Amino acid sequence: MSGALLQLTGVGLAFAGNRVLDEVDFAVPERGIVSLIGPNGAGKTSLFNCITGFYRPHVGAITFGGHDLRRLKPHRITAAGIARTFQNLRLFREMSVPENVMSGMHCRTHAGAFGAIFRPPRQRAEEAEIRATAAECLRFVDIAGDWNRVATTLPYGHQRRVEIARALATRPRLLLLDEPAAGLHGGEKQELIALINRIRDERGIAVLLIEHDTGLVMKVSERISVLDHGVMIAEGTAKEIQANPRVIEAYLGQEDAGADLEL
Amino acid sequence: MSLLDILAHQLLNGLVLGSFYALVALGYTMIFGVIKLLNFAHGDLYMVGGFIGFIVLSAISSVVGGGWFGIFIAMLLSMLAVGFLGVVIERIAYHPMLSAPRLSILITALAVSLVLQNTALALTNGQYTAFRSDLGFGGITLGGLFITYNQMVLVAAAAVLMIALEFFVTHTQYGRAMRAVAVDADMCELLGINVAAVIGVTFFIGSALAAAAGTMAGAYYGSLWYFMGFLIGLKAFTAAVIGGIGSIPGAMLGGLVLGLLEALGTQIPGIGSEWKDVFSFAVLILVLVFKPTGLLGRSEQERM
Repeated sequence: MSGALLQLTGVGLAFAGNRVLDEVDFAVPERGIVSLIGPNGAGKTSLFNCITGFYRPHVGAITFGGHDLRRLKPHRITAAGIARTFQNLRLFREMSVPENVMSGMHCRTHAGAFGAIFRPPRQRAEEAEIRATAAECLRFVDIAGDWNRVATTLPYGHQRRVEIARALATRPRLLLLDEPAAGLHGGEKQELIALINRIRDERGIAVLLIEHDTGLVMKVSERISVLDHGVMIAEGTAKEIQANPRVIEAYLGQEDAGADLEL
Repeated sequence: MSLLDILAHQLLNGLVLGSFYALVALGYTMIFGVIKLLNFAHGDLYMVGGFIGFIVLSAISSVVGGGWFGIFIAMLLSMLAVGFLGVVIERIAYHPMLSAPRLSILITALAVSLVLQNTALALTNGQYTAFRSDLGFGGITLGGLFITYNQMVLVAAAAVLMIALEFFVTHTQYGRAMRAVAVDADMCELLGINVAAVIGVTFFIGSALAAAAGTMAGAYYGSLWYFMGFLIGLKAFTAAVIGGIGSIPGAMLGGLVLGLLEALGTQIPGIGSEWKDVFSFAVLILVLVFKPTGLLGRSEQERM
């Protein structure tokens, strides 16, 4: 997997002696759609936090496009090309839909705070560009009609799309989606699957998702990795994962095991 | 003077006073927005701004004169200097404390305030410094009301600064980032926003606005004192709370409202101007009791 876009090798993370991640090897190929599943508390979100720079793994290496990510601050990692959304919505309250999306373009602009004050022509040109990109991102996720709304007044499903549009505005090469289907109804989930495929097909962005909706995971992912108690217990295609006895065992310990494995 | 003239006159005084309050309150509220700190040293930056403006004006008045043009130059340089001072204070005193408990950083702010005050005290020996300028006393008469050119220039300058700020926060990438950091700093990091840089810019702008108010107030009232930042700091805090702390339009509105309330409050029979501070802080208490979120503030929801 040396040609992988994102590569984790032997990543270990512990909090106060509790192992959260243990020797995790994991990769996302260029233009791949990969899912990370596992029971609650398996360490999926911790893994995301390691990738985005909010946690520092104690051992192991994380590289992105061949560059070491471990010493970078979160905003540098985003600038390097990794964007993420959250399972609970984290839109900026009281900011409009386009303003939310535009704030994702910070690392792609050059005017700076003083440029904004002292170089109006260049600032104006850049501002127009930012608006155009925000509009394009909103069209891409199909909510261009919400342009004048305050983001948090939108219906839930639309707020999720604003989050995705904002993440796309950072111009990532890899998009991390943390439970993007949470709270969506059946029709919206179908649209989400189509959107994830378009993000990859039309924009060439690799997608890594954490998701509890196994049906959606099986449909959308090319590869699936399974994490349990901080250990990567399986990796493969949907078919391979469904047939893997260690995966079934891991899920049997869960109260909602039946629901989770109903494929 | 008829009652109407007195009212008009007090409205004008309130507008001038309110402009100063608003400029200082803006920095208070912006800094509270990005790092949730009540920067008790903010009023002292107003004082430092006044002194730097005075020093600059003294140095250049032989060339450009001591009128509004000279004051304008002095104000710009003072804004620049105090803006950088604000950034330096943030870097040295507040930045290392950002992950510490809120109380620690609050106490740090009090310490910074004491350092600034006592430095000014040592340099001036606690004496009042006369801010000499060549502002005339001309003006125009509107009905029974005499408005000086100085008052007009001052209110206009404050308005221009506030409009520029409003444009900055709504139409520029850094301005939007500033508002976004106020809502969710971690999310901003994930969107590629350098939060530390945004905090620095916020301190620069907030401190520069306080310096603008300090220079203009020094020139308008004609004197400077090492302790002059204390009371206006508290008043600006009151104004920010009236408007809704964290809200930029709220700080502008709160400043004007407080200025007008003070000016008009002194006209209530039985309440002379010596009671005006009592009046302001009574308003603060009433706002905190009955509408803690202020006029334009929103209730803060704890996020998980």
